[in-house]
Formats: sequence, structure tokens, C-alpha cells
Amino acid sequence: MRDFASRHPVWTVIILLAVAVFIWLIFAQWPKELVDVIGRKKVFLNAVFNGITLGGLYFLVASGFTLIFGLMRNVNLAHGSLYLLGGYIGYFVASSTGFWLLAFPVAFVLVAIVGIFMQIFIFRRMEGQDLRQTLVTIGISIVMADLMLWGFGGDFYNISPPSWLSGPMETLFVTGVKRSSGELIYLKYPVVRVVIFLASVVIGVAMWLILNRTQIGMMIRAGVDDRDMLSATGARIQLVFVGVFAFGAGLAGIAGVVGGTFQSVAPGEDIRFLLASLVVVIVGGMGSITGAALGALLIGLAEQFGSVYFPTYAVVLTFLIMVLVLAFRPQGLMGRS
Amino acid sequence: MALVESTPASKERDARQRDWFERIPAGYWVVCIALLIMPAFASDFTLYQVFGWSFILGMISLSLMFLGGYGGMVSLVQMSVAGLAGYMVAIFGDSAITDISLGWPWYIAIPLALIVAMIFGTIVGSLAVRTEGIYTIMITLAVAAAFFYFTRQNYAVFNGFSGFNGVLPPNLFGVDWRQSVPFYYLTLFWAAVAYFSVLYISRAPFGLALQGVRDNPRRMAALGYNVNAHRIAAYAFAALIAGTGGILLTWQSAQISPGTAGIGPAIDILVIAVIGGMSRPIGPFIGALIYVLLKTFAIDVLLSVGLSGERFQLLIGLGFLAIVFFSPDGLLGLWDRWQDYRKRDPLLDRGEDRL
Repeated sequence: MRDFASRHPVWTVIILLAVAVFIWLIFAQWPKELVDVIGRKKVFLNAVFNGITLGGLYFLVASGFTLIFGLMRNVNLAHGSLYLLGGYIGYFVASSTGFWLLAFPVAFVLVAIVGIFMQIFIFRRMEGQDLRQTLVTIGISIVMADLMLWGFGGDFYNISPPSWLSGPMETLFVTGVKRSSGELIYLKYPVVRVVIFLASVVIGVAMWLILNRTQIGMMIRAGVDDRDMLSATGARIQLVFVGVFAFGAGLAGIAGVVGGTFQSVAPGEDIRFLLASLVVVIVGGMGSITGAALGALLIGLAEQFGSVYFPTYAVVLTFLIMVLVLAFRPQGLMGRS
Repeated sequence: MALVESTPASKERDARQRDWFERIPAGYWVVCIALLIMPAFASDFTLYQVFGWSFILGMISLSLMFLGGYGGMVSLVQMSVAGLAGYMVAIFGDSAITDISLGWPWYIAIPLALIVAMIFGTIVGSLAVRTEGIYTIMITLAVAAAFFYFTRQNYAVFNGFSGFNGVLPPNLFGVDWRQSVPFYYLTLFWAAVAYFSVLYISRAPFGLALQGVRDNPRRMAALGYNVNAHRIAAYAFAALIAGTGGILLTWQSAQISPGTAGIGPAIDILVIAVIGGMSRPIGPFIGALIYVLLKTFAIDVLLSVGLSGERFQLLIGLGFLAIVFFSPDGLLGLWDRWQDYRKRDPLLDRGEDRL
């Protein structure tokens, strides 16, 4: 951090200023002139919250993607299909047993098993052939998409959260002042989104801790840096590969349940989330967990702000971020060149 | 003296000309004549839907094969380039959406469409060459998706979800080019032009340099070649081919909409190129013919085995998986291996050095 500040003083000031303005926008009561220019604060705050929670969802999908890529150099273009599979599994578990929480472990385990099969029976056979692996994942995603369409039909499924999580909650953020009494109005926000966002933060922090503080994490990081050297030191690298692939796939499964609760599970969502994680990972930097978190936050916010303030070109905004990052930092914001 | 000298030279030239004529392998003659006399015995549906469509998809796929096979850059953006060219023809030329279409004559609209497509391809290329290998796939896929969503949401220029219909080819030479036989020859002509120009470029200095860049960019840079400039130029040339294919595709269905250049079609183009094989320019056309035949007749086959006709994607996906699994260089690779196998001397070479 200090390193960055001493190397790019101007950028540091600009970034700090932007953050300060952003924080002021969130906490302050907006003067009337500002409301005239960019609309009511409630809309703005909602966009911020939606963006951040959407970023949490994107992070869940993209972190598995980036972990698998970082270790195995495998661009798993079937990641979106794993996400969708997790969503369907979650829906059926939640609706048949009535326990929403049960959907998460079941989706994690089942999708992780699919991931293990993919790693053992397909990717291990073509290790080191990046392009061929990528093509195979495209094939798998086509086949899986059609199988799921066959099995579950083209309907939209909504996973409904349990009653203790439904409904809005009061937050500490002021959206305005009541004209009659002068009371402050606080923003109401769906509990389930806040809880899920907190959960994804916990998962992210746990992942960071595992990667940076444990023996397994050390092995994974060593594998990211130099796979051959790691296996030469006697680490059972195939086991690490299978474990990471299973974990990444399982995360996609969990994300599917989350996505099904936030939005819905339907054919086509696989491509959408695959693309989202692609963009997140390109922006954040391949193979970096912090990069995935930063990228997910940026893309989530950009998508929500885009759809609120200039709806026609929301997608273009996301894309623009990607182009800018590519133009100035091809390895991604947190990536190493 | 002059006479004496000129005679052997002219003889040599004669010989070379005869050589050139004789050097064309018999296979080329057979295919060429078969394609030319095809309308005599094929039905209108076969000509228009099967062959016309195969030639068009083959051209778009050929542009991917050129980038992937000779440049080592697998770009998923070729379908978007084709789509953009189709859109530009609809916008600059005539369509049923008269508020947007400018109605300019074809000799302005078509070159302009190709130029716009080339500029788009070049810009995407100059972004994509900043990355390598699998990153290129990801970035071009993201660009293709952005193009799809943008055209779907933009109503001012791209007319949003419904796109343009009634985009017809000009009535040049008094021929209705959307009739099956003229359309067959039209697509055949442009497919042949694209095929031979790729073949020519692959042997021209530029193509050789491009293949050098593919095999070892650092060595080529050390030799003084501008690696990125070669790659970007390859993108520009590929965009020209894809754009031509896109215009023909728009004429074939008389409409262009975001779905034409969606993510599914973009991946289909890759599937076609991989099934056919990316080592030679004929591969994409073989792949396209197989794809179109499957797409047209899979329903009947699937229904006869008792599955519903919607499982076409499953068939394509499984076929694609099988090809990638067993023959990464596509059907051309299978063919080459079979040729090798036939030529092998069973006594001397037992094939142990081959995989």
C-alpha cells in the first residue's frame, strides 16, 4: 500500500478523493441542489447496496474460477454451468425439505463431486494443453446446458429464503428527512441480501486466511508460482489439483443457490454468470483472490449504477471498465505481470 | 544471340505453365467441377439452405481458422464482426426499417460496411493482442457478449431486440440473388475467393511471418519483425473475410438481429472450425457442412431414435467433445493420420515413434 502511494502519488490522491466523495455521498444528507442533479438519495443508496451485494455474488462465482485458473491454468468455461447446476440442486433441496440452509452444503458437495469427476477423468488427461482444455470446457458447457434444459425445462425457479430472512430491515443510512416532523428516514433493505453478502465476505476472508496462513494454502500458492517445482519437492500435486477444483466447483454451486435466491435459476443464466466471472477476473487479475474481490465489487457497482443512471448502456459501462483495465494494466488490477 | 537465348527461356516458361496446370491435384478438379455443376441435380433447398449456409458459415469460420491456425490466436469475436457488417449493410443500405436505414446505393453501402467491420476487427484485435493464448479466448468472448447486449439494448442505431428485416441483396445484372441458384453461385464465388486468398496469404511473406510469430514470437521480434503489428494485421484481414460472410448471411435470411451474433453463434463458429480442423483452410468448410447437415437433419434422426428434436445442441456438444478428445486437430487431423497410416511401410516402420 505504502509502496503504491510512494510510486504513484497523483493516483493515490485521486483514488483517496474518489473514496472520500463516495463515503460522503453515502453518509451525508444530500443538499437539494445535488438531488436536482442526480436524483434522490434513496435511489443512489439502493444502487450502492445492490451493487455491493451483487458484487458479493460475483465474487463467489469468480473466486472459484480464478482459483482454478491460477493453479491449473485451466480456463474452466463450464464454470457457469456448474453455477446453474448448483442453483437447480439448491432449488430442489430447499423446496423439498423446506430447509433453505440445507441447500448450501448439498449444492456444494454435489457440484464439488461433479468438479472432481471433471478433473480426474477429463482435465488430468490433457494436462498442460491450455487450449485443448478450454475447448473441452466449452463442449462440456454446451452439453451440460442442454442436459439441464432437458431435465429442468425452460422455467424460472425461485429459491425462497426462510421467513426469518425475508422482509426488509432498517439500516443506519439516512435517505432523507420527513418534511412534516423533521424525523430522519432510514433506508430499508432486504435482510437476505445483507446476510448473504456478509456470508460471502466471511467466505472470502476464510479463503484468504487458508491461502495465506495454512500449510495447504502454502502448497496452493507454491503451485500457482511453479507447478513443476512443487511436485518435485514431493507434494502430492494431483491431490491438490483435485481439491482445488472441487472447492472451486463447490463455490460455484453455492453461488448458484445464492443467485437463485437473489434472482432466479433459468437456462441462460450459466452464460451470464460465466461472462460476469470472466470480466471480473480479467479486471481483477487472473489467479488473485483479492483481485477477484475488487473486480467483483467494481463490476457489481458498475452494473447497478449503469442500470439506474443510464439504463441503455449499462452493459457497455462494464465493458468499458474491462477495456480500460486491459489498455493500461493488461495483467489486471491485482495481477502480477 | 538474342534468338538463341530467348528460345530456352520461352520453353522453360511453357513448361512452367504446363506444370502449374498439372500440379493442381486431381481432388481439386473433382471438387471444383462437382461444386460447379451442383445446381443441375440438387434441390433448391439443398442449394440455398445446406450449401449456401455452409459456405457462409465456412467463411466466418475460415476467418477464425486464419487467426487460430496461422496466428495462434483463437478469437471468438469473428461472429460479431460478421454481425456488424450485416448490420452496417442494413443501416447504410435498404431494409424494412426505413427510419434508420439510410438507403444508400449498394456500391457505397457494401464497401462502407466492410470498412466498418474491418475497423471493428482491428480495434478488437489490438486489444486482444495485448494478451496471449487462453486470455485471448476470454477477452474476445467478453467482447462478443458486449456486442450482443449492446445491439440488443440500442434502439437508435441497431434497432434493439428485433433488429432489421427486409435486408435484400441489390438486383445486380437483373438477377434476383436470393433465388436458390444465383445465391448458391454467389456464396460459392465468395467462399472460393476467401479460401484462395487465405491459401495465398499463408504462403506469402506476411503469412509466413505470421506463422513465425505463432511459433516463436520472441525470435521473430529479435529478427526485427513487429510482432503485434503482424497480429493486428491478421485481425484486420480476418475481419474482411468475416464481414463478407456476415453480409451474405444477412442476405440469406434477409434479416439481422442481436441473436444472429449472440454468444451461442460465436461459440458455434469455434465449434465448426475445431470440428473441421484448424490446420488448413479447407477445414472450416468441412466443419460448416457437417454442422449445417446436423442442424438440418438432426431433428429427423433424433425423432427416429425417440428423442425430441430439441436435443440438437446435445448432439453437437457431444460430437465436439469427441473430436476435441480424440483428434484435437479436427477431421483434417483424422484424415492426415489415416494418410500416414496408409503410407507406412509395415516392415520398416512399426509406428512406434508416432503417437
